[in-house]
Amino acid sequence: MQRSTLDLWVGLFVMGGIGALLVLAMKVGNMSGGGGGETYALTANFDNIGGLKPRAPVKSAGVVVGRVTGISFDNDKFNARVTLNIEKTYTFPKDTSASILTSGLLGEQYIGLEGGGDTVNLGTGDKIKQTQSAVVLEKLIGQFLYSKAAEGGDKK
Amino acid sequence: MATHQGFSIRAVGARTIDSVLRLGYATRFIARTIMSSGTSLKRPRLVIRELYFTGVLSLIIILVSGLFVGMVLGYQGYYTLQTYGSESALGVLVALSLVRELGPVMAALLFASRAGSAMTAEIGLMKATEQLSAMEMMAVDPIARVVAPRFWAGFISMPLLAAMFSAMGVFGGYLVGVVQIGVDEGSFWSQMQSAVDFQKDIMNGVIKSVVFGFAVTWISLFEGYDAPPTAEGVSGATTRTVVTSSLAILALDFLLTAFMFGGV
Repeated sequence: MQRSTLDLWVGLFVMGGIGALLVLAMKVGNMSGGGGGETYALTANFDNIGGLKPRAPVKSAGVVVGRVTGISFDNDKFNARVTLNIEKTYTFPKDTSASILTSGLLGEQYIGLEGGGDTVNLGTGDKIKQTQSAVVLEKLIGQFLYSKAAEGGDKK
Repeated sequence: MATHQGFSIRAVGARTIDSVLRLGYATRFIARTIMSSGTSLKRPRLVIRELYFTGVLSLIIILVSGLFVGMVLGYQGYYTLQTYGSESALGVLVALSLVRELGPVMAALLFASRAGSAMTAEIGLMKATEQLSAMEMMAVDPIARVVAPRFWAGFISMPLLAAMFSAMGVFGGYLVGVVQIGVDEGSFWSQMQSAVDFQKDIMNGVIKSVVFGFAVTWISLFEGYDAPPTAEGVSGATTRTVVTSSLAILALDFLLTAFMFGGV
């Protein structure tokens, strides 16, 4: 085997190995880009986002129309501000409501959008006013127990 | 009867002493190999040549096996996860099982049978045809000239091969999970990214593959160097390399996993 071909192959091998390590490392960091197409940003404030994560899907009628791009804490309102990137091809009226839903019993959480009847559509940077928080199981059980206890008290 | 009993006890004793002697010899062998690595540093071309044989020529089997293991993980993982409605966790399952366990272990097993056995056969045959003795006659240290470059080549290529195996496996899992079955792409990657930790998962996998690389090359080289200089001896040594390496990889993997992830 020629010396230069040998060097070339070994060089490719080492580069490939380091490249594979980098690819693995990138999986931990943020994947840049992903899914082409133009998008516009919307924000929505939720009292409680539960286990919502960045890059979670935004669905309307079950169709994925965008992704969650950012989650931050709103210091003025003491709730969570979620930024959504919606694909340009989908438009929603001004009075659209957003709710945090769960796919399946233990599945991942996503944002569901439900269109209203307004004639004006949401544009870049607009805010979705009607929101519904994630269902927190502990609170739900607490409410259930409380109402049960109240019922028991009435019967006596 | 008494003589027979004495014989079997003697056999046990002889075997014990033999294996202790062999272990000591193997340790002195690896110590001598590392001590006489100066030649490899002065002439890196020797190592590069061996890197070609141990690393580049193992690429095909590593990449293809990685792809298939990843694809099978995609199918099986999806089948189990969809029962709980959490198929979006498929990415986490594929990535964690590959990076933590399957990548280093499978790559090391393939490496032992592909490159380790070749190293044993080569050195064993060199010994059987008295090439090693000839080198000694010419005042060339066969350990520095033949063994050490192979050791370093195996030591370097093993982590690279394991990383490639894992990356290829994740790609295979992506192909089956996202492209074929249709798991949501965003949650596949995002859940993977939030669950896989660079320090805890990826670096521990790399450490594992380094340890396996050390063990496999050590065993292969020692078996070759220690092989009886006959056709039978070389074939037996090659078999022993694969068997001992595989057992060593699995046992070491258990120990390393217990240390790295046992407390979690």
